[in-house]
Amino acid sequence: MNIWEIIIITVIKIGAILTIMLLTVSYLVYFERRISAWIQSRLGPNRVGWEGILQPFADVFKLLLKEDISPVAANKFIHGLAPFIAVFVAFSTYAVIPIGPDVTIFGYSIQLVVADVNIGVLYVLALTSLGVYGLTFAGWSSGSKYSLLGGIRSSAQMISYEVSMGFSVGGVLLMAGSLSPIAIVEAQYGWMWNAIVQPIGFITFTVAAFAETNRLPFDLPEAEPELVGGYHTEYSSMKFAGFFLAEYANMIIAAGMIVTLYLGGWQVPYIDKLGLGEIVTALMQVGSFFVKMGAILFFFIWVRWSIPRFRYDQLMNLGWKVMFPLSLINIVWVAALIMIFNL
Amino acid sequence: MGVKKRQKDLTTLDKLYLPEIFKGLALTFKSMFKPKVTMEYPEVKFEPPASYRGRPVLVQEENGVERCVACGLCSRVCPALAIEVRANETELEKERYPETFEINMIRCIFCGFCEEVCPEEAIVMSKDYELVFTNREDAVYGKDKLLVPVHKLKDRLEFLRNFK
Repeated sequence: MNIWEIIIITVIKIGAILTIMLLTVSYLVYFERRISAWIQSRLGPNRVGWEGILQPFADVFKLLLKEDISPVAANKFIHGLAPFIAVFVAFSTYAVIPIGPDVTIFGYSIQLVVADVNIGVLYVLALTSLGVYGLTFAGWSSGSKYSLLGGIRSSAQMISYEVSMGFSVGGVLLMAGSLSPIAIVEAQYGWMWNAIVQPIGFITFTVAAFAETNRLPFDLPEAEPELVGGYHTEYSSMKFAGFFLAEYANMIIAAGMIVTLYLGGWQVPYIDKLGLGEIVTALMQVGSFFVKMGAILFFFIWVRWSIPRFRYDQLMNLGWKVMFPLSLINIVWVAALIMIFNL
Repeated sequence: MGVKKRQKDLTTLDKLYLPEIFKGLALTFKSMFKPKVTMEYPEVKFEPPASYRGRPVLVQEENGVERCVACGLCSRVCPALAIEVRANETELEKERYPETFEINMIRCIFCGFCEEVCPEEAIVMSKDYELVFTNREDAVYGKDKLLVPVHKLKDRLEFLRNFK
């Protein structure tokens, strides 16, 4: 492959991933509303199009027509910059998550990942920690006390949960011996899923992912009863939509990371024993990745409408006194497994 | 549930917090498949019970004459000053009738005092809750809109007889 072919293929991959992301985000919002309604014995939006299937587009159109307000007390530049940071981080993170095995299309061998970086996991962790700047800037620059409190809470929460998240990832890295997401997926061949091998790490990572994406029960940065709207109290129109988009895109990334690190990524156990053709196998593997991700996303929504919000001290207690020791225990557990079974 | 436990009485399983989370998740999952309570309004309309206080209407007897004798009590008792009655004389047995009877539906607060005070059971609250007008003039309901045949108000009249 010459340089032009590589560039064209990469651009196509970026376009495909971005399209999938944006569509998933909009339908995630739709499903969040429908599922929450079903849980509360309601029907949810079902008027726009068949069963409300066009509702996301109506929502975006409405937000576009809203007036863009920035408060007098706000720092205009940072106030405008914050949603861009949030959206940029949310969408660029997805570049390293593989959605399928290598496939051959028109004679080209293509990896189903935008960038096969050998420090992929580190890249995701680094960028998601950058994402907190979006929220903190938004909270600080709005010139409102509610926003400021929301921003401070989000940064404190991120710091507390990033620790246990990092240590739970440590267990995965020990098993795979690599930071590359593709190598991690390939290390989970068969039923060697990390969720089965190291269940404690799976639980701590999932809980930390909830906290990192600011989802209930950890959505303290935007706790409505206390902080009005938290860090995005002073945002309207498409700037608000930016945060909204980023929140849901972060959910997708968290789901993608959980699937990649703990649920075997695109692997389907023993699919090569079935003797299917290469294309069918690849399609089934890509499909399995999306099914797993959908299940995790459903779990995110399901939890949000079941469990009440934590109090702030409970959140900190859980983060430092429970999650952190548990993730350390997980690392010791994985190290012991490797030592005993020579994995 | 029911019995309040103290922190020191919790077992290790209780302190783990996870069983309760799974219980909660199971509950919400079950309720996802329960029948929904939503009524899809323009297609399905809510049929109120007899005790419902919708817009006040004047009772029209079978012979087409209103029951009202234009005593003006309703207009007097109305806390929102929404009712205006102008009386006139008539050859009929009741001797007086309302020449005009107007209720300003912007002012009406649906308290039902007019119905309560009426000596003739001539003004009652109906089940009608769909009140739409696009300007202030339309909101003043005259006799043309207020008169409702008695057979349509049976529910309410019976309710008043039993419980008033």
